Amino acid sequence: MKDQQQSSVALPLPAGRAAYALGVWRNPGLWLVLAVVGLVGAYPIITNQAATREAIFTTLLSIALASSLNILLGYTGYVSFGHVVFFGLGGYLGMYLLNSGVGLPVAVLAGGMIAGLLAFLLGSAILRLRGAYFALATIGINEAMRTFISNFGPFGGPTGISLNFAVYKPYGGAAQALWLTYYSLLSLTLVAIVLSFQVKHSKFGLGLRAIREDEDAAEVMGVITPRAKTWAYVLSAIIPGMAGVLFFFKNGNIEPLDAFRLHFSIELLVMVMLGGQGTVLGPVLGAAGYQQLRGFLLTNPTFKDYQLVLAGALLLLIVLFIPAGAIGWLRARFPRLRRVLP
Amino acid sequence: MLLHVHNVSKSFGGLQALNDVSFELPEGQILGLIGPNGAGKTTLFNVINCVYPPTTGRVTFRGADVTGKKPYDVSRMGMARTHQIVRPLSELTVRENVMVGACYGSHGHRLREAAQIADEVLAFIGLGERADQLAGSLNVAQKKRLELARALAARPQLLLLDEVLAGLNPSEVGAMVETIQHIRETGVTIIMIEHLMHALMKLADYVLVLEFGELIASGTPEEVTSNPAVIEAYLGDPKLAEGLMDSA
Repeated sequence: MKDQQQSSVALPLPAGRAAYALGVWRNPGLWLVLAVVGLVGAYPIITNQAATREAIFTTLLSIALASSLNILLGYTGYVSFGHVVFFGLGGYLGMYLLNSGVGLPVAVLAGGMIAGLLAFLLGSAILRLRGAYFALATIGINEAMRTFISNFGPFGGPTGISLNFAVYKPYGGAAQALWLTYYSLLSLTLVAIVLSFQVKHSKFGLGLRAIREDEDAAEVMGVITPRAKTWAYVLSAIIPGMAGVLFFFKNGNIEPLDAFRLHFSIELLVMVMLGGQGTVLGPVLGAAGYQQLRGFLLTNPTFKDYQLVLAGALLLLIVLFIPAGAIGWLRARFPRLRRVLP
Repeated sequence: MLLHVHNVSKSFGGLQALNDVSFELPEGQILGLIGPNGAGKTTLFNVINCVYPPTTGRVTFRGADVTGKKPYDVSRMGMARTHQIVRPLSELTVRENVMVGACYGSHGHRLREAAQIADEVLAFIGLGERADQLAGSLNVAQKKRLELARALAARPQLLLLDEVLAGLNPSEVGAMVETIQHIRETGVTIIMIEHLMHALMKLADYVLVLEFGELIASGTPEEVTSNPAVIEAYLGDPKLAEGLMDSA
């Protein structure tokens, strides 16, 4: 037996299996994505341009959120229309803590934890629902949370929370704090991509993808589906919660309508679908592409009032013609690309 | 006894799908399960591997009462099954499909070991060349083999085969029969639902006959096929009755 094992090591592995023999850190696809996002993210830092920084901040935020949503939507096959609830709730808790004198790193971690906790509690309840019922429940949760926060005194009710200006002081004033937020978001985005990649290429991720393809069959094969789905939901919630703190720290104030904007959730879905659900690169490209397009539309006098109309039309076109998204389409069309495009 | 089914009944609303079914299965056997369409064979499988709980009665597997457990619980205890209507994970590769079985089956292998096991099982089952293809692109006969490969990769002690021979051409049937014999030689206990009597005659040590949810006969394949009650049960289905007569 031992001899057999040794000799099998010497044989070249089949191409598709080689991916499992490599550690995930040695996968070229991951480094490709990280390098591209890292370079784009570093551009405003190198050139020291605040204007580009703002544009890229939005893109990075979208990438982090879309990659997180993809764990649930793309890997597990559960459509969440209310993912922004984690972003908003994390933001709210973060702002509250910051005003109470807690440092930014702790506030960010707390934002991630509350989002994860909410997902854990909700997960065991609503992940029993499948398909459209689950999607509807996620909308309901977002709306319920917005109504609750609008009436919740400590979080400022309908007017929300504004940061005391003194909060920025330890970070060298507001202008410097903006840079700090940017560095933090860039790091968080890279973490989101690594997390997305690790999940996809893990045993846990294989279980999730089995659930996506056929939940009953996955259960028969031994995947503990309630547990796997709950953890997928928790993992997809944590980074949005952390990003929420960073976003609203930079913004300076938070109010219910900003924090729980349903159409932001839908835009995230468009990004994931556009790039390719279930792939690591898809949400990254989709988010970047969508934000580029949105930036163009918002500054264009003819289209500036119609950007959401376009998002809707785009979603329709994707679902009708390239349901696998851009990366999914490429992977299906050119199987060789599967190894390089994670 | 590896498996013990005690007085199991299952009804769906007014429909009595299983009525007071009891049997024991010692290790190492191949048990055939036959009966006309709608007799409750697949329902019995679904109760044994906990897809749904029995209305009354109990199922004991490896000495533990598994009534009311979930399919993933018994899968981890060493029970695997195939589906009559194939359920490939279409957007996953053939190898990944089998890896799910290895990762979440009785041994709970890690991904890397699972990939190796998957390749071994695929070679054994004759799908080695298709490992990198998407499972959805296989034809029906290959998907049936994939079902079996997935179940085998779980390294089960008990394997439930739901009509793995249906829809295969004669040479494919021959190959599959051989494969099943090989599986038995590795020490796996098997329950198989099958309509092809001549194949079952070759494989099964013991046969149970279900009709309208009740066990109407049991015995060696020879005993069962010469049992008048069994022949009568099949008379509503002339083709099957003919098959039974031929093989008897």
